Amino acid sequence: MNIFSALASQFRTMWRILLHTFTRAETVQYPEQKPYLAPRYRGRIVLTLDPDGDERCVACNLCAAACPPDCIALQQGTREDGRWYPEFFRINFSRCIMCGLCEEACPTNAIQLIPDFEMCEYDRSSMVYEKEHLMIDGPGKYHDYNFYRVAGMEIEGKAKGEAQNEAPPIDVRSLLP
Amino acid sequence: MPTIYIDDQPYEVPEGDNVLQACLSAGLDLPYFCWHPAMGSVGACRQCALVQFRDEQDTQGRIVMGCMTPVAEGARFSMQGPDASEFRSKIIQSLMLNHPHDCPVCAEGGECHLQDMTVMVGHRKRSYRGRKNTHRNQYLGPLVHHEMNRCIACYRCTRYYNDYAGGTDLAAQGAHDHVYFGRQQDGVLESEFAGNLVEVCPTGVFTDKPLVNDYTRKWDLQSAPSVCVGCALGCNTSVGERYGKLKRIHNRYNTEVNNYFLCDRGRYGGNFVNDESRPLFAGLRNQQQRYDAIEQQQALDTLAEWCGTGRRVAAIGSPRASLESNYLLRRLVGVENFNSGMADHEAALLSQVHGLLASNGVVTPSLQQVEHADAVFILGEDVTNTAPRLALALRQSVRSKAFELAAELKIPVWQDEAVRVLAQQQRSPLHIVAMSDTRLDDVAASTAAHSPDDIARLGYAVAAALDNSLPAIEDLASDLQSRAQQIADDLRSASRPLVISGTASQSAAVIDAAAAIARALSQTDKMLSFCLPEANSLGVAMLADAQQPSFSELTRRSNNGEIDTLLVLENDLYRRAPQSSVEALLKNAGKVVVLDCVDTATMSCSALALPTASFAEAEGTLVSSEARAQRYYPAFLPAEQRQPAWQWLKQMGQQLQPARFDPLPHFDDITAACAADCPALSRIAEAGPNAGFRIRGLKVPRQPHRYSGRTAMLSNHNVHEPKQPVDEDTPLAFTMEGASGARPGALLPFVWAPGWNSNQSVHKFQSRVGGPVSGGTAGVRLIEPQQEVSHSVLPPQPVFTASDAVLWLLPLHRIFGSDELSARAPAVAELVSQPFIQLNTTSAHRLNLNEGDYAILSWADTRCEVQVQINDAIPDGCAGYGMDLPGAAWLPPDTHASITAADGGSDV
Repeated sequence: MNIFSALASQFRTMWRILLHTFTRAETVQYPEQKPYLAPRYRGRIVLTLDPDGDERCVACNLCAAACPPDCIALQQGTREDGRWYPEFFRINFSRCIMCGLCEEACPTNAIQLIPDFEMCEYDRSSMVYEKEHLMIDGPGKYHDYNFYRVAGMEIEGKAKGEAQNEAPPIDVRSLLP
Repeated sequence: MPTIYIDDQPYEVPEGDNVLQACLSAGLDLPYFCWHPAMGSVGACRQCALVQFRDEQDTQGRIVMGCMTPVAEGARFSMQGPDASEFRSKIIQSLMLNHPHDCPVCAEGGECHLQDMTVMVGHRKRSYRGRKNTHRNQYLGPLVHHEMNRCIACYRCTRYYNDYAGGTDLAAQGAHDHVYFGRQQDGVLESEFAGNLVEVCPTGVFTDKPLVNDYTRKWDLQSAPSVCVGCALGCNTSVGERYGKLKRIHNRYNTEVNNYFLCDRGRYGGNFVNDESRPLFAGLRNQQQRYDAIEQQQALDTLAEWCGTGRRVAAIGSPRASLESNYLLRRLVGVENFNSGMADHEAALLSQVHGLLASNGVVTPSLQQVEHADAVFILGEDVTNTAPRLALALRQSVRSKAFELAAELKIPVWQDEAVRVLAQQQRSPLHIVAMSDTRLDDVAASTAAHSPDDIARLGYAVAAALDNSLPAIEDLASDLQSRAQQIADDLRSASRPLVISGTASQSAAVIDAAAAIARALSQTDKMLSFCLPEANSLGVAMLADAQQPSFSELTRRSNNGEIDTLLVLENDLYRRAPQSSVEALLKNAGKVVVLDCVDTATMSCSALALPTASFAEAEGTLVSSEARAQRYYPAFLPAEQRQPAWQWLKQMGQQLQPARFDPLPHFDDITAACAADCPALSRIAEAGPNAGFRIRGLKVPRQPHRYSGRTAMLSNHNVHEPKQPVDEDTPLAFTMEGASGARPGALLPFVWAPGWNSNQSVHKFQSRVGGPVSGGTAGVRLIEPQQEVSHSVLPPQPVFTASDAVLWLLPLHRIFGSDELSARAPAVAELVSQPFIQLNTTSAHRLNLNEGDYAILSWADTRCEVQVQINDAIPDGCAGYGMDLPGAAWLPPDTHASITAADGGSDV
């Protein structure tokens, strides 16, 4: 009895394997053949510009704090026009796990993950990206957001009271109610 | 201790507290804004609301403010209940209506009390659709940044600045939702304690300006517990570093010393550590008189050659270097070849002060005790400029009267506004006799400016008025006699009288007079305090030995060619003695080796310059003017060849005298050897936990648990992360891993508790709110009052008679610039005044000088030209000078100079 059921199992397996000969192959001939990546695919990290073409990153450090492998390091500086900016901004992609928490944390939509994962290098140190390697020339996925148009901090070209939903500055010497 | 019920849980709470204090002490998270443990309650922000019930049957209750409600036996409150919670969340909502959505670009973000409280009450979304109020900012000087939009109108800033620190140029302006906190117009904040606004403000209106322009979040700072080196008070600080730069200095809570506040020299002066002129490499002077950078081993070999057998070696220590460095230097060259690094007159004053502290039978008060003094007499010191934090404590001491009045009416001390309104202008007596006007004059009962001789005579007169057995001072003018009587009466009728003097007047008689007054007082709680010049002045005075050569003796030896090699430790000799004598000393000593953390004029004269680590990169023990030994720890590793001076000296010793130095491999061994060799310092090992100290087997981390960038910050140099540096000399670790929670006060690199990211979290480390750190207060007092021994009073000073020909040059200290290091910090440098000479109108008129003119000063063989300021508080026959006169830093005492007008000298 055992011998019969064992043989049946063998034949069933062989039949199944034979059937697979006629199914469509899943193997993709990468890199000749590129896979489809959704626009929101989380790959390489970029730094974007605001709609006015100015650096979006304000060096608030939230991305670095959110980063699980601690692979983002930056230093804040203040520009002459009053804007905060990163003096340097470094991502060690050999540590990055493409989790996207930095993008979630970014309050200015500066840091974004893009559908590009092709970052193979022979030299590990080439995986360390500085600000000039990360910057792209556009606003990325978020076309309209401009942090300084919303935030109350004064910068050159946007005085107090000129941000979104702000009243003109109070004249503290006025006696009017 | 009464028992109160919060959400039906019984809590035993301290008598006399308010409910907010009681809740926080019990570990409950009750949100608050306007209350501050050092400033009491005013009930302005309405955030700490609870529901109070009449009794167990009462289910409705009524809303009360925790900070304004005294605890009472059996009182019942609801904190978590829906009414109280909803009230608190509505308050936050209203406070956030105009908040400007700029946390990412706010220097308070991540350590913001407003953020913490908003998260604590659960407010998430702004539902108000109206427009936000906005305000224009003001320029408040190089230290404090102003961003008025972030204000929640809690009034903490003005309560601190005006009521606590005595400032007059910051005020609340406008009404209702137009209220504005600022100055009448843009300008530098006048108070020397303005920097505390950064920590007092619960949100980002006042932030640390040097930090804002090179910003790092609190969670990214690698910090270490440190001790301020700005003056001799030894305020406890927390030093924060990132990328090898000192980013900021914050207050480290020590209930007996600086409490919650620092002075601006302490907070901002430490930035000299980032000065790019600081030496990085050992430098050997070559034939062309330039320095060649050499390897560390080559430097040690050169030293071995220069200090080897047969060479006559002498060394000069420093009152700004740690005890350990000074001790090792002394051990290396022998007591008979070691000088403490102070000019003879300064060394004499400090040894006098040390003698008085040790044997005068009077308590040397901590700053906390100073705050409770109820009559104060200051002789010869402008405390705000020589020991700034002491001045802030004295401002609190004059409120003793107010607290007495409040106690009579049973008003609790934390009822701030009530106590102030009750007392109005009534203050405990503070009498000041200084060499000029002082910044405490506005709260003083009497002020006067005299020459040091007359100050001493007045002091002796006060002592004579207190103790009939002392000889009366003859020829005292009648107004001075009645003033002396008044001061004596005030001191006699106080229960905790305090006498303050110090080395600023450069007069042994003034110090002696202060001690005589303190001895003459009969109260058991009498106190005597001395303001000393540098961070470790008292420490080197205690280390000093009778066999030690004086500075002039060393100079003599050098001039006779008896010194082959001279080692100078962290000391700019040009600030100690006249230029000509220092030049001779350095020129005639065969080889001069200078170890220093900053580039000084002395270092420029060296044959070999060795870079040492600053206070932020080294460990050491300092003895404050209270005789409190305190340990500072390195916040980060020194760059390149810099290393702590004690490391250099240890390596030198191991090469030269292995038998004596090999048993001292670690810092703790050096401290122990110093304690063993010097009986006065026998307890310095208790100043802070040693390197073997562990909490549950763990070291204390220097980095917060959310320290970021570990795998990226150095990856531009090498993509392979280095091992975390091992720290063998301290109980702290250069990591984010380690013990959290309660620890000794000496090991608080930063304060953080779950839900409390701001510095308000310090209450989580206190045994009770406003009390000592639960793990123990930092530091150890080395001198406790001994049985009084007999003292002979110095012979009375002759009457000082003003001369027309020459004026007595009196040193006028300034908080910014008078010390050696802080003026190297760029922000502080902006506030340093140019060298000046102050004359009163009579002298100026006689010399035909006006404000802003240039005058030529000449004395001995020195001549210099400085700008004139008119100040009528300068005594007749005297002239006050600011530091760093061209060609002469501090002058020896009793320098009399002739002054003439310079012709058209404004081009100097």
